[in-house]
Amino acid sequence: MSPEPLLRVDRLVKRFGGFRALDGVSFHLVPGEVLGLVGPNGSGKTTCINVISGLYGRDGGSVTFRGRDIAGSRAHMLARRGINRTFQSPRPFLSLTVRENVEIAAWNGRGDGTKADLDGLLEQLDLHRHAGRAAGDLNSAQQKTLDLARALATAPKLLLVDELAAGLNPAELTRMAERLRELARGGMALLVVEHLMGFIDHVTDRVIVMNAGREIFEGKLGEATRDPEVIRVFLGTAHAR
Amino acid sequence: MRRGLRDVLFVVLPVVIIAAVAPLLYANELLLFSFVMYLTLAQGLNAIYGFTGYLPFGYVGVFGAGAYGFAISVMILGLPPFAALAIGAAAGVMLGLLLTPLLRLSGAYFAIANLAAAQAVYQVVSNPALQDITKGPYGVSLSEVFAPRLSYEVGVAVLAATLLAMAWLRNSRFGLSLQAIREDPISAAMAGVAVVRGRTIAWLLSALIAGLTGAVFAWHISVFYPETAFDIGISIFATVFTLFGGAATLIGPLLGVLVLYGVYNTIGITVPQYFQLIYGALIVGLVLFLPDGLVSLLTRRGIRVP
Ligand SMILES: Nc1ncnc2c1ncn2[C@@H]1O[C@H](COP(=O)(O)OP(=O)(O)OP(=O)(O)O)[C@@H](O)[C@H]1O
Ligand SMILES: [Mg+2]
Repeated sequence: MSPEPLLRVDRLVKRFGGFRALDGVSFHLVPGEVLGLVGPNGSGKTTCINVISGLYGRDGGSVTFRGRDIAGSRAHMLARRGINRTFQSPRPFLSLTVRENVEIAAWNGRGDGTKADLDGLLEQLDLHRHAGRAAGDLNSAQQKTLDLARALATAPKLLLVDELAAGLNPAELTRMAERLRELARGGMALLVVEHLMGFIDHVTDRVIVMNAGREIFEGKLGEATRDPEVIRVFLGTAHAR
Repeated sequence: MRRGLRDVLFVVLPVVIIAAVAPLLYANELLLFSFVMYLTLAQGLNAIYGFTGYLPFGYVGVFGAGAYGFAISVMILGLPPFAALAIGAAAGVMLGLLLTPLLRLSGAYFAIANLAAAQAVYQVVSNPALQDITKGPYGVSLSEVFAPRLSYEVGVAVLAATLLAMAWLRNSRFGLSLQAIREDPISAAMAGVAVVRGRTIAWLLSALIAGLTGAVFAWHISVFYPETAFDIGISIFATVFTLFGGAATLIGPLLGVLVLYGVYNTIGITVPQYFQLIYGALIVGLVLFLPDGLVSLLTRRGIRVP
């Protein structure tokens, strides 16, 4: 018996003015699964994360998390219920220390992290050496990792990752991919948006390819690269590889 | 928590003791009262501005509501001073509650709408048509409860309570979560912080402090006009003192008041012709070179200040 979906996105629509950034997107995620979300710039990947994490309302369709529609739930409530995310351009609390950034999430997000858990989390993500520094002093890749640490401190069941790999060197990329796999092995469901196909290949079980707010492919990444429509959409873009 | 205790012992306690014994050493009690009043108001403004980033330009509106809440309780209801203080504080909180929808606005619009609200309250209070209740533009006289020493002592007690509340904010999980809201409300929400609720609590605390301070002010000076209690200069002073010393800390606003209000009361009186110039230069210099206030001389070097 396959596990009950943790997240079910059904014919989701999001409009900005007359423009449909999401135009009927559907997918689901089960615990422990890693789903890749790829597509050219402006295809609606970040918008999708923004709707699921409660930052944006939606204009059609539904998002069901742990059996309940998230409609009308504010972002902080969803964070407490187990949905968290990173940001494409990182948004830590710049003038607070790295440790405080993570502590705030642990206290408010019902992640019931003890001091030891937080130390362990910072250590795992190589942030422990910077624990007492202001987040604003970190470089962009470290700030992205701090976004991830903050999200993890709330003990999410669903983690939405928006272009975490950009700016990491090859060794860091491998480690990050390993960490995400590790989280999935622990039962977390992950939605991973990424342009780096090697990373996607390494981390995900399944991918969705989006174009102009629509899903054009769902399945294994290897099959996606042979799909004529996917090839057409990516052809000539910087990310076709 | 240990840090909180340290702040109470080494910051709150000395300030309160000095304020309490000052009248024994220095005769100008009205000036001392003004210091106590600004020390309190600057911290009250710090609660909302320093911790959530919302600047209430119309902070004096809440202060004036507290002053008139006190005055009306004494004049019309014939209440004794301590009951009137409670009414004044409640008036400040009520006005604060009325203005909570403004917390859904972004920072700049909050500041402007807040100022407009203060003006509106002033217009109502100074309206001659309400003369039977507020004495309108003719001002109030509370000579029957005039008690300069006792009201000064109550002012010091309000300062003490305010400093304790701020020491708590400075060292508590709640206070740190508020600072997360100030830094980035979207990220704060992702950290599970209830953003609107956090801002509301900080603002009501801030309003309580201003309302109570206004009520004590009314009691202490006992004769005043709407222009006195709603003087926009009070908002400006509280804001400038807080920014000058450094918001979101306990000692920043204290330093700001001691330095700037001290300068104001020395050169402002001895060489008034140069005062505006010196004062203006000081503030411009600070904005340019120390935008995070005097305390940033230390915090920049990674030193944590109370
Ligand atoms: N807040 C907004 N207001 C108006 N338009 C928006 C907003 N957010 C996104 N859009 C538009 O929606 C479309 C999808 O944007 P989105 O950020 O979701 O793309 P993306 O797939 O994440 O792209 P990228 O790979 O560049 O990050 C774009 O055309 C974008 O301009
Ligand atoms: Mg994006």
